[in-house]
Amino acid sequence: MSARDIILRSGTSELTPPAQARHAVDKVAKLFDATLCTGCKGCQVACSEWNDLRAEVGTFQGSYQNPMDLSSECWTLMQFHEVMDDNKFHWNFTHTACMHCDEPSCLMACSTEGAIFQRADGTVDFDADKCIGCGYCTTACPFSVPKLSPKDHKAYKCTMCSDRLAAGLEPSCVKTCVTGALKFGTREDMLFLAEQRVAQLHANGKTKAGIYNPAGVGGTGMIMIFEDITNPEAYGMPKDPVVSKPNTLKQDWLKPLGTAGIIGMAGLALVHRIAVGRNRVQEDEQNNGSEE
Amino acid sequence: MTNHWIDIKNADVVVVMGGNAAENHPVGFSWVTEAMQHNNAKLVVVDPRFNRSAAVADYYANLRSGSDIAFFLGLIRYLIDTNQVNYDYVKTFTNASFIVREDYGYEDGLFTGYDPKTGSYDKESWFYELDDQGYAMVDESLEHPRCVWNLLKQHVDRYTIDKVVNITGTPKAQYEQVCQVIGATHANNKVATFLYALGWTQHTKGAQNIRSMAMVQLILGNMGMLGGGVNALRGHSNIQGITDMGLLCQNLPGYLKLPSDKDVDLQAHFEHHAPKPLRPGQTNYWQNYPKFFVSLMKSFWGEAATPENNFGYEWMPKWDMQYDVLRYFEMMKQGKVNGYIVQGFNVLSSLPNKAKINEALAKLKFLVVVDPLAVETATFWRNKKLFNEVDTANIMTEVFRLPTGCFAEEEGTIVNSGRWMQWHWKGANSPKEAKADGEIWAGILAELKRLYAEEGGALPEAVAALDWQYVNPANPTAEEVAKQLNGQDVATGRQLSSFGELKADGSTACGCWIYTGSWTEQGNMMARRDNADPSGKGITPGWSFAWPANRRILYNRASADVNGNPWDKDRTLMEWTDGKWTGIDVPDFNSKLDPQASAKTGFLMQPEGHARLFANRLMAEGPFPEHYEPMESPIGTNPMHPEVITNPAVRIFADDKAQLGDFEDFPYVGTSYHLTEHFNNWTTHSRLNAIAQPQHFIEMDEVLAKQKGIANGDWVKVSSKRNYIVTKALVTKRLQPYVVNGKTLHTIGIPLHANYEGLTREAYEINSLTPYVGDANTQTPEYKAFLVNIEKAEAI
Amino acid sequence: MNRRQFFKLCAGGVATSAIAGLGLMPTLAFAAPREFKLIRAKETRNNCCYCSVGCGLLMYSRGDVSKNVEPSLFHIEGDADHPVSRGALCPKGAGLLDFVNSPNRLQYPEYRAPGAATWQRISWQEAFTRIARLMKDDRDQNMIKTNAAGTPVNRWMTTGMLTASAQSNEAGFLTQKFARGLGLVAVDTQARI
Repeated sequence: MSARDIILRSGTSELTPPAQARHAVDKVAKLFDATLCTGCKGCQVACSEWNDLRAEVGTFQGSYQNPMDLSSECWTLMQFHEVMDDNKFHWNFTHTACMHCDEPSCLMACSTEGAIFQRADGTVDFDADKCIGCGYCTTACPFSVPKLSPKDHKAYKCTMCSDRLAAGLEPSCVKTCVTGALKFGTREDMLFLAEQRVAQLHANGKTKAGIYNPAGVGGTGMIMIFEDITNPEAYGMPKDPVVSKPNTLKQDWLKPLGTAGIIGMAGLALVHRIAVGRNRVQEDEQNNGSEE
Repeated sequence: MTNHWIDIKNADVVVVMGGNAAENHPVGFSWVTEAMQHNNAKLVVVDPRFNRSAAVADYYANLRSGSDIAFFLGLIRYLIDTNQVNYDYVKTFTNASFIVREDYGYEDGLFTGYDPKTGSYDKESWFYELDDQGYAMVDESLEHPRCVWNLLKQHVDRYTIDKVVNITGTPKAQYEQVCQVIGATHANNKVATFLYALGWTQHTKGAQNIRSMAMVQLILGNMGMLGGGVNALRGHSNIQGITDMGLLCQNLPGYLKLPSDKDVDLQAHFEHHAPKPLRPGQTNYWQNYPKFFVSLMKSFWGEAATPENNFGYEWMPKWDMQYDVLRYFEMMKQGKVNGYIVQGFNVLSSLPNKAKINEALAKLKFLVVVDPLAVETATFWRNKKLFNEVDTANIMTEVFRLPTGCFAEEEGTIVNSGRWMQWHWKGANSPKEAKADGEIWAGILAELKRLYAEEGGALPEAVAALDWQYVNPANPTAEEVAKQLNGQDVATGRQLSSFGELKADGSTACGCWIYTGSWTEQGNMMARRDNADPSGKGITPGWSFAWPANRRILYNRASADVNGNPWDKDRTLMEWTDGKWTGIDVPDFNSKLDPQASAKTGFLMQPEGHARLFANRLMAEGPFPEHYEPMESPIGTNPMHPEVITNPAVRIFADDKAQLGDFEDFPYVGTSYHLTEHFNNWTTHSRLNAIAQPQHFIEMDEVLAKQKGIANGDWVKVSSKRNYIVTKALVTKRLQPYVVNGKTLHTIGIPLHANYEGLTREAYEINSLTPYVGDANTQTPEYKAFLVNIEKAEAI
Repeated sequence: MNRRQFFKLCAGGVATSAIAGLGLMPTLAFAAPREFKLIRAKETRNNCCYCSVGCGLLMYSRGDVSKNVEPSLFHIEGDADHPVSRGALCPKGAGLLDFVNSPNRLQYPEYRAPGAATWQRISWQEAFTRIARLMKDDRDQNMIKTNAAGTPVNRWMTTGMLTASAQSNEAGFLTQKFARGLGLVAVDTQARI
């Protein structure tokens, strides 16, 4: 599974370059048109249903939004924002899930080989079997998408329904979307549809409408249309998300160095074992059994 | 719906009012966004709250809950004043030109014939002037002072924009804008559709809310048109089918009537329900009533229904008054009811004034609850602290809780709002011992038949005669019942293909005449799955079966003018070309008639063949709508006529009247509604939905919250004259105060998904608050406009 | 947690992984990229049971209808062929699986005796026998055969029925025959409210 058309893998040095042969794969994308969304949460529920996720039943938190944030058991969430703009009231809804960045910060921050990877179709996916739960991806993501599970301490997020995509289907959220606010197809087609829709919105007097496809992360596999593109914060989205410098630095320089360091340390440990012998630990043997 | 879901895409203007389609019919609403994207349609939302539909609307106007009729009568006045009336349509297809009796009148909130003692009308004068042949008199020029059009003009003249917004609280600019957008569809090539639901029905003048809108659609020429119509978005998945099945206290399948005491014999029953034409040359389709009724009796009593016994007519129970559910629970509370069978209906959490429902149920000798879920009704006797405080030991009701399968575990048909009869297939077995509903009735009935055969008793012959000759009487299959509903030739067993074949002599049996054609000799038409749309107008004749006769758009004769030319070439439904009718739908008229003759029967179920701007004697409170305040009025007066504040024809029981609150103690307008994440209280039992919306809350505006010291997310106590609930508050800009008749009013929005047996957080049921009074015609309770108070509360 | 316990936990982790490797995983596992779960599941067409849009459903159940399989649903999604819903489902419809498989689905006939605070399980035959007896006694005592004018009216007023608007037409017709055949007039449904 994880070998399928992968173009980028986390924690992988140049010594083992990813397979590059099958490159004639179109990039895909989801298009979220916030001007058509009614915040019904169909996507949120369909995501959990397909992916066999069941978060805890929460409590009312002062909003239609629930849960209040993504979690390891909630990979798609509808955000609700009440906004006054030019004295006009707007109730904004944001389909919140992985943006599938072209330059994924999570992948670059990941410390473990192959725990995060990007496929040739542009989708970014996690392999929980490999995840060690360091949490770097959760802090590196400019959209705060990946979340650690309190149950198994591994990071989880939207896979863009990689299992459905592999079978030739669309993601579950897109299929279920009632108003057509979510669409799915090649990234090229989604950008075309987005431009057409924005032109229609402009013609209807919504002149601030525009496309959210932030260049700071190389563009995204989830493209959005906002009625006011100058203010993505009104939809709970960052204005200019970027792949953070430390991440780039770490991926390109520090991690290879770190790997060298680990190998070095292992060598030293081996020398130590041969030279000094086992280090015996006995200080809490007497408590054995009584504490448990 | 006169039209259907896909047809919404053909509209130029979509009005969502008296409902919240994005919230409650989200997939149907997809055709609204389709129209907006691909037909450049404008979406107008009028609602007390800025709701999910409003979030994507082009125009939003708020109005105080319970003031819709004023909104519409003002709109009609505006249309007449600004000459935005489709006069050709109005003259051809409505009763605008019909002359009304001289003794009819209206004054200060009352129509002629009101009796304050009984609280009802003698409707004698609400009728046409008849000529000596018994035909209604008309004046095609619309000049006669008593023609319907002039009476209507006179009636709405009082509703100036200033008066309207003084009642509705709508900002004047918003009101004028909405009038303008809707008015533009009077043009032949512009069509508006109205989507409504319980936001209109759940008022003491609910039926008149809908009539007001239907009148607007007629005046604009939008009925019978692609993209137009009067579109009730019905609640439950098969509420249409079960209404077709006549499971209402005065009905039988196919909108036939359960006999009343006045129908002393079969002949009298026919005379009362097969009326005589009111204009020459009328089709008056109900003249076929005897054929439909006798065929129904054959499906009820089988071989036992013979001409000699009037086809078993006398075994049918007759009603002496309307035993609707509100009246029956009142009787139950008075100890007049011993047994009650409740199938898939959580009454304890839904009927108004929960305390009364508890009291009534506790008076029963036995209660049988037939349900797939562990609903509160079945455990009404269980003491549940805060939420259901009852004295269990003293409730002597025997209760049976019988588990049923659900949709996924059976075959059969349900009918959507567009009248599509869709066949579904079984995908799983019912849990453990659960049985299908029909199997449960069969089990009880078999016992009753056995007991009556052995012991005799009251009217044993009816119990014996009741036809239950299914292949396996203990578990009739959906297939054999569906065939019975379609209708058969009794002698040969041949499946009929059209209701034109039904006979009044007992040679045909048919469970529901409007379903004839759904299972013919060609097989199950409801299971058809050809989704092709050859015209591109959303007519998919090969998908399922739309009753009647697979017709997709009702009243489609009105899509063309008197000469059979479509009002709009791009919306051609029916057209007269080369001496015959052609079109993309099944004609809803006698297509053998030429355009001029068929135009006179455009609304062929009516004895005059015309749509009614004036309702004659059909409505309880008047032939025209009039603004009345909710039973609990937040202003305590009616600015139109202070002497007649509320609907004068409302029925209210004495105890319930004593439990009406007034605006001094309960100053805020409470209104109940659904959220999109839930379906009533069913989905509180579904984990996925419980996660999406886990706990009950109410909604209130920021101004009132500030006054009351309530912060977003605080616990609050909401009380009415009946009782109170404690819940959490959502303080929002989506609700705004109104100024009505010089007073600032606030709305408390009350979602209704609240119970304590589900997977969501335990909550007080909101029917603790609602008033026990219904619409004067339908007795649908006034859940949408009642009075409450609110204060900050301790957490529960 | 002290150092020793930490090591024990790690050792446990290794042991668990080893068992999982042998196919004896005792607790939950959360693996990320998954196999497609519908490949050969039985697909049944149905319609949503909630509102009146009547959206098309594809229901997936375990097994391939062979005789030894007890079919149970594990996934429901929209039917893309359906001309109204075109594959879409709202949050209610998208969550249907948890309605069908709700822990609060009733499974057995139950009876609550007068004054009792609990249910007791009964058999279907016990339920039918007892209900029929209660109904017959009430009907025999209270059937009104004629009104004051002497017209036969044959109505049974002391028992009533409230019927479901989510049942199919076919179940509804059986309900109608059952109710009117016995002489009930107080019959209503959700369409009333």
